[in-house]
Amino acid sequence: MTQDLTALATELFPDEVVTKAPVQFFDLPGHSGKFALITLDNGFDHTKPNTFGPGGLVQLGAAIDAVEAAAENGEIVGVGVTGKPFIFAVGADLKGVEVVKNREQALAIAQAGHDTFKRLSALPVPSFAFVNGAAMGGGVEVALACTYRTISSGVPALAFPECFLGLVPGWGGCTLLPKLIGPDAAVTVIIENALSQNRMLKGPKAFELGIADVMFEPVAFLEESIAWAEQVINGSVSVQRKEFGAEEYAAAVARGRQVADSKVHGAAPAPYRALDIIEKMATASDDEGFALEDAALADLIMTDELRAGLYAFNLTQKRAKKPFGAPDKALARPVTKVGVVGAGLMASQFALLFVQRLQVPVVLTDIDQERVDKGVGYVHEQIGLLQLKGRLNQDQANRLKALVSGSLTKAAFADADLVIEAVFEEMSVKQQVFAEVEAVVREDCVLATNTSSLSITEMAAKLQHPERVVGFHFFNPVAVLPLLEIVRAEKTDEASLATAFAVGKTLKKSCVLVKDAPAFVVNRLLTRFLGEVTAAVDEGTPIEVADKALEPLGLPMSPFVLLELVGPAIALHVAETLNAAFPDRFHVSPNLAKLVAAGKKAIYKWDTGVPVIDPEIVELFEPGTSPSTQEQLRDRALKAMAQEIDLMLSEGVVGEAQDIDLCMLLGAGWPFHLGGITPYLDRAGVSQTVTGHRFLAPGVASLPE
Amino acid sequence: MPQTQRAVRQVVFVDGVRTPFGKAGPKGVYAETRADDLVIRCIRELLHRNPQLPADRVDDVAIAATTQIGDQGLTLGRVAALLAGLPKTVPGYSIDRMCAGAMTAVTTTAGGIAFGAYDVVVAGGVEHMGRHPMGEGVDPNPRIVAEKLVDPSALVMGSTAENLHDRYPELTKERCDAFAAASQEKYAKALAAGKFQDVLVPMAARHAEKGYAVVTADEPPRPGTTVEDLAALKTPFRVRGRVTAGNAAGLNDGATACLLAAEDVAEELGLPVRMRLVSYAYVGVEPEVMGIGPVPATEKALAKAGLTIDDIGLFELNEAFAVQVVAFLDHFGIADDDERVNPYGGAIAIGHPLASSGVRLMTQLAQHFEEHPEVRYGLTSMCVGIGMGGTVIWENPHWSGESK
Repeated sequence: MTQDLTALATELFPDEVVTKAPVQFFDLPGHSGKFALITLDNGFDHTKPNTFGPGGLVQLGAAIDAVEAAAENGEIVGVGVTGKPFIFAVGADLKGVEVVKNREQALAIAQAGHDTFKRLSALPVPSFAFVNGAAMGGGVEVALACTYRTISSGVPALAFPECFLGLVPGWGGCTLLPKLIGPDAAVTVIIENALSQNRMLKGPKAFELGIADVMFEPVAFLEESIAWAEQVINGSVSVQRKEFGAEEYAAAVARGRQVADSKVHGAAPAPYRALDIIEKMATASDDEGFALEDAALADLIMTDELRAGLYAFNLTQKRAKKPFGAPDKALARPVTKVGVVGAGLMASQFALLFVQRLQVPVVLTDIDQERVDKGVGYVHEQIGLLQLKGRLNQDQANRLKALVSGSLTKAAFADADLVIEAVFEEMSVKQQVFAEVEAVVREDCVLATNTSSLSITEMAAKLQHPERVVGFHFFNPVAVLPLLEIVRAEKTDEASLATAFAVGKTLKKSCVLVKDAPAFVVNRLLTRFLGEVTAAVDEGTPIEVADKALEPLGLPMSPFVLLELVGPAIALHVAETLNAAFPDRFHVSPNLAKLVAAGKKAIYKWDTGVPVIDPEIVELFEPGTSPSTQEQLRDRALKAMAQEIDLMLSEGVVGEAQDIDLCMLLGAGWPFHLGGITPYLDRAGVSQTVTGHRFLAPGVASLPE
Repeated sequence: MPQTQRAVRQVVFVDGVRTPFGKAGPKGVYAETRADDLVIRCIRELLHRNPQLPADRVDDVAIAATTQIGDQGLTLGRVAALLAGLPKTVPGYSIDRMCAGAMTAVTTTAGGIAFGAYDVVVAGGVEHMGRHPMGEGVDPNPRIVAEKLVDPSALVMGSTAENLHDRYPELTKERCDAFAAASQEKYAKALAAGKFQDVLVPMAARHAEKGYAVVTADEPPRPGTTVEDLAALKTPFRVRGRVTAGNAAGLNDGATACLLAAEDVAEELGLPVRMRLVSYAYVGVEPEVMGIGPVPATEKALAKAGLTIDDIGLFELNEAFAVQVVAFLDHFGIADDDERVNPYGGAIAIGHPLASSGVRLMTQLAQHFEEHPEVRYGLTSMCVGIGMGGTVIWENPHWSGESK
């Protein structure tokens, strides 16, 4: 096996950062005998965590060879596995998954993990995992393979992110975790947490769930773990484990399927495969479970959904941190004071975000004292709430509150380095505001607009220094959604743009550079797509048919639920703006206009907990006479998106298709298994049909050809 | 009302621990372990072993290090207290009296207890001579040479030991080698008898290539060393000299810490009383013969206590160099192999991580007291660089009252 694996490592993954597994033997402090300790360490600091590729498995296998021989010769009384400082191990090396070309290789990697890890369970002496730091996926599975586990209360993250990416915990996770902590808790960790934006457990929570037998503080974690291990070895401590019945498995798996349905709507195979295995573990042996895991991993690794998931993961982890096309960071000017024009809800949310992240004075202005007071009051109240939640202490809250002030005159912006406007979405109003601001600020003060649909170039046109104007397009709720579209207008200079990116990064947003084009990226695509759906309804497609048409994609919400979230009035406004720019492609629905005119905020009524179409809407709507089927509408909507993306790329709205996907992942919450959207359009053949080409080369977000 | 008159309080030694000592240098067990982590581990273990002591009752943390740079700097006592998990309300500070750092941490804080400023303190020391070789970053004042204030050899400890041989020709290399071999032998016997198990704190030590290990034993001892082996060693400080790596303590990494308390507070909290502080003294001597320092220091401490050398039943003398211990013994008329002296062996075997050693001496003396209820008084003494000696005299709380 080792030889095959070494060959596989060389052939498949020559660039692997190999996690080494040196072994040290030492006397236990209480003189119960010798102990062998394996340390997982890839030779880098904690910013490059330990991972397992085939080369790493070979190393761990060699370490187990050494301890196994010592154990069989009676030289040692126990074996431990721990990590390097702050990191235990974060699982399979995802690069190693990307390079897998066929099912045989995928199966070989799956089996190699099992063949290596399960030897830790089969030693003639007890094995212990000392989980000293971050542990994910295969890292947790190494720990599960051991007889006992200790965990540090300082562990920042323990998780099974597999289902989030499109895999299953397939090196023992699905098999062993339900038996250890019970099927319900296992479903929480493997399914629910993974599908909730990859939620992680901290050390104390992992201990509480039973993933570890005992928890120690970081200050003496390894020493106390070794002392505890010695007590287990000499029998002065014994560990009790629970057993779980068939009903518990059935109930847990049923709950897990509900969770999966609510998150991915059946469109991603991974969580269902994981649940299938957990279900079997009510009666199956470990080896049977491992075989199911091997098959699931081999199948899933060879799906386009997984490849799209890995592509999406890399976009959000890497590209989001190094925005494509952003100017040199060194050009950014420091921002030591921020002005916010307007003191309404949006403006107040900006003020809160800026003061929290930049920790510089923030001044809100508005036309009367009452509005100003209300705006400042809102920010103070929110800071108070953060304090109540324990996110800020009294001193920090005092500091932030003192930084926020209001003013009736824009003269308060005189020494600001950045002023953002959040006034009424009307060109003449915005031009007026910028002219007033320019009259008082320094000539290098950046002027930012949060417009979602107006031309920023036009907004800057009448200024003396139009080069200082940038677009800062946030997504609602501003504090939560991670995307920030940073808009470069025609005359925006590099320094102002660099300043905008530096501010965006400090705001902890993932920034994407976009051109000054109508509605930028997310709103333009969502509006095009909603336009097709509303058009179909206008033509006579029943609402319930239209709203289900895109279900097979597994989007986070259906089109009409999205419409409700955005607000029908705003959706209509953006549709009208885009229609004015591109009348051939953007449909303005007369029925939507009626709905807005009637003051309706939603299509559905939620009184019963499940959405029911509001009968008044049905009354209001005037459907046409040529309905579409779900398939027809889906086809039409996908084609429209492919066309729009192709146009956006040729117009240069963003640099590359990857930026479109990043925007849809972070701004619209579109799922990983679609890779945002272009991998799906490529996969479904839609891009080829509509544009004559793919958006991404084969292998980028799909199986290699 | 301000207190204008006060009684001096009795100070007791409650508990002491140390890390296993390591050899300094790239091959040593602690080569890649931080110095602060060594002493943090000791403080942590003291709290762990004495759960009846509420952590917020610790009034100060005094930690000694000779080279207060990098991981031995940054007001080590305070930082180590925080990192060991003591409450933020517990203050701390750093101390330096070269080899007598931890001893000074004990006597200084003991003074605070006696005065009533403290109830309970942590005192200890650390020296990672691998990360911080002796003399790192020093900048001796040029006047030392210009005004011939001190012989330049005074800054090289091995040379001061050679100077001591010059002063007392009767302290031969043979006597020193015999004393050194005996130190190794006494250590080996004590180790076999399990004497160090209760005072050693297992210490996790990481090595980038080899991974983690937990160090549970001292690294420096060389069991089985004979006088013949020692006779063959080089004399690095002087051609045809007498001081060798074998009859001196090595270069070591390690840390110690102890708990001291006012006796009434120890009683109140149910803390053990292992030794009672009687007196202490530090005395300066010519820096070129710093090894003689323990002699006047001991005389002064005895005088303050109203005792004579005959009242002392157990000695823990730091073996920086065999010659300075033998010089001490000669002065007081004690035989080189007197069994009251360093019963578990000394620094020649165990090691001497400079500023940490004072508390090791005390911890071992406390063990001897427990084994020897017939002994009433004992002392810990050490020579100190730049020409000093320090001595602390202790009373055995287990004394049976039958003899002295």
